[in-house]
Amino acid sequence: MSHFTPEHHQFRRVVREFVEQEINPHVEEWEAAQMMPLHDVFGKMGELGFLGLEYEPEYGGGGADHFFTVVFAEEIGRADHGGIGMATGVQVDMATPSLAKFGTPEQKERFLAPALRGEMVTSIAVTEPDAGSDVAAIRTRAVRDGDEWVINGSKMYITNALQADWMCLLARTSEEGGYEGMSQIIVPTDVPGFEVSRKLDKLGMRASDTGLLTFTDMRVPVENTLGTEGMGFQQQMAQFVIERMWANYSSVGGAERAIRRTADYLRERQVFGKPLIKQQYIQFKLAELTAEVEALKQLNYATAASYQRGGDPTRLATISKWKAGKVTREVADWVLQFHGGIGYMEETWTARYLRDNRLISIGGGADEVMLQVLARMDGLA
Amino acid sequence: MKVAVCVKQIPDPASDYSLDPATHNLVRPAEQVLDDTDRYGVEMALQIAEQHEGSVTLVSMGPSGNLQGIRQALAMGADKAVLVDDEELKGSDSLTTAKVLAAAIAREEYDLVIAGTESTDGYSGIVPQQVAALLGIPSLTYATQVDTDGSSVSIRRQTAAGYDEVSASTPVLVSVTAGVVEPRYPTFKGIMQAKQKPVDTVTAGDLGVEASPGQAIRSVQPAPAREAGEKVVDEGEAHLQVVAALEQAKVV
Ligand SMILES: Cc1cc2nc3c(=O)[nH]c(=O)nc-3n(C[C@H](O)[C@H](O)[C@H](O)COP(=O)(O)OP(=O)(O)OC[C@H]3O[C@@H](n4cnc5c(N)ncnc54)[C@H](O)[C@@H]3O)c2cc1C
Ligand SMILES: Cc1cc2nc3c(=O)[nH]c(=O)nc-3n(C[C@H](O)[C@H](O)[C@H](O)COP(=O)(O)OP(=O)(O)OC[C@H]3O[C@@H](n4cnc5c(N)ncnc54)[C@H](O)[C@@H]3O)c2cc1C
Repeated sequence: MSHFTPEHHQFRRVVREFVEQEINPHVEEWEAAQMMPLHDVFGKMGELGFLGLEYEPEYGGGGADHFFTVVFAEEIGRADHGGIGMATGVQVDMATPSLAKFGTPEQKERFLAPALRGEMVTSIAVTEPDAGSDVAAIRTRAVRDGDEWVINGSKMYITNALQADWMCLLARTSEEGGYEGMSQIIVPTDVPGFEVSRKLDKLGMRASDTGLLTFTDMRVPVENTLGTEGMGFQQQMAQFVIERMWANYSSVGGAERAIRRTADYLRERQVFGKPLIKQQYIQFKLAELTAEVEALKQLNYATAASYQRGGDPTRLATISKWKAGKVTREVADWVLQFHGGIGYMEETWTARYLRDNRLISIGGGADEVMLQVLARMDGLA
Repeated sequence: MKVAVCVKQIPDPASDYSLDPATHNLVRPAEQVLDDTDRYGVEMALQIAEQHEGSVTLVSMGPSGNLQGIRQALAMGADKAVLVDDEELKGSDSLTTAKVLAAAIAREEYDLVIAGTESTDGYSGIVPQQVAALLGIPSLTYATQVDTDGSSVSIRRQTAAGYDEVSASTPVLVSVTAGVVEPRYPTFKGIMQAKQKPVDTVTAGDLGVEASPGQAIRSVQPAPAREAGEKVVDEGEAHLQVVAALEQAKVV
């Protein structure tokens, strides 16, 4: 059974063209600047309805089925760098799902609608210098003072941090400790006490701006609390599952393109008097990688179909996130290998592809964390 | 202003193609795309319809396939489509095509007909002028810019030296060049709305046109393989050799 209608195919064609015309021509410049003009790019995406696909039409969303998100992520994943895919993923599937699910009409009007139009850039702020894999170890604290939260602490490796208009923050709002007593709070970045202390310099995803944030007596209205006070950890865990699905979908687009481009190169490259693609070892390795990517893709489609039917995608999304990290690392390594010396050169796409994709096994929950989740779910732990 | 736009669905130029061994016609896959050159016509039509409270009707001849090329133009914003799909018209020459298109257009109310200058696959480049002649309306061709006040249309017609300014009162046909306007991307909403828009599929008989292709392709020869060029090594005199070669080729 195909999950895709002719409309999905039309949409795929449009996104592919958008990436080729509105993203790829700027990638070199953005990578060098270590910055992308997100308000500009998201503005264009917003006009085309890319950013609100599955969200409620009332707030500018498209009311689409989940497979439009699959198509969108796969196609953005084919871009000439990983940065735009990550930034877009944060905007549509990492910082906004909780708001859409738990937000009040006023909150959605103020924060969701402009994000879907691409007028407001968003961030998700969970990780801290001393709490990454172990989210329950976060220390950022919000203390109530009348109608306001007074927030102190810091957040690390925050994507889109330098451009964000608001972020979905996870903070402790009571003394309980552990998985209890956390809340999700929408923080407009122009509030007093908010500071980007450092822009971080990274191995890959260089065009994506990543920041270390410091909050000093930062004041945010209590009405910006999302959903149920004290249930922030649980709400964030659900949001993480959607985040992972995005990463898994976009990995497939990038990997398929990488294999295709490599095969094209190997058909031209003459070594030992014949095109390299004629070497059976290379054919088999490319076939193996193709099989791995196809397996990931079908796992993604199974996850997406289950999610679409209203099922809990956690287990499948966890397995595919682990698989996505493995597969893209392997693809990135082999496509560089088969390019030889030129593959190691910064001017060849393989170098950036390797750097950018190294992140998938770390960000959004490391491979080992995925195994820990799976082991617990399946009663192995 | 009511605008009719001639658009053609063509096989995706990025994919492989083959010729029918018996008729030598291109084998048309079910999955086709909107001819890139016709995107400019659709965009021009949409802009004019938006400025002058009008509507845009697509007119096309060819195998419908799964209609993806037509839906693409509807997703950009066109209101409806008329598609002439008739097995008997297979391999039609440009005059037959023009007769069919003119008959389809004549059934609609229109003030303006827009076409591309030359299709990507057939590229005879004469269908638009023939359509205008058959409809008995003036044609303004090779437009690089189009302006209208609703009752007359003036264009810049591209020439070798620059451009001519020509105008005519409606109804009129305009053929537009690539780049006349920047075609919009279909929006997500546009794509979803397109599937609800009416597509009227008719045959030559429905239009009262005799379905005879007008031409038969006797044989097809592959284009000769490109021969290696001549390398000129610059030892200070290369420019003279290049000029000589250009003179020999009669390009200077
Ligand atoms: C470019 C980039 C962008 C990011 N964007 C964001 C963002 O926008 N918002 C946000 O909140 N966070 C973001 N992050 C943070 C990211 O989610 C964390 O880096 C990640 O969850 C890992 O946490 P950590 O860095 O603290 O590593 P640690 O928790 O210190 O873990 C280090 C390593 O230990 C191993 N490990 C962890 N747990 C186990 C275990 N149970 N068993 C065995 N081994 C284990 C893993 O290999 C892991 O990589 C980003 C990170 C990067 C690099
Ligand atoms: C069953 C069937 C099979 C066909 N198979 C082929 C084929 O294999 N190859 C092929 O090239 N054509 C095919 N056609 C279409 C038709 O034969 C050609 O479009 C025709 O020869 C027009 O010539 P051109 O493309 O050179 O027009 P040009 O004069 O180069 O086109 C200029 C402009 O005229 C308009 N126009 C031209 N043709 C059409 C059309 N068909 N519908 C709407 N607008 C049009 C467009 O606006 C175009 O930009 C087929 C038609 C049918 C019914």
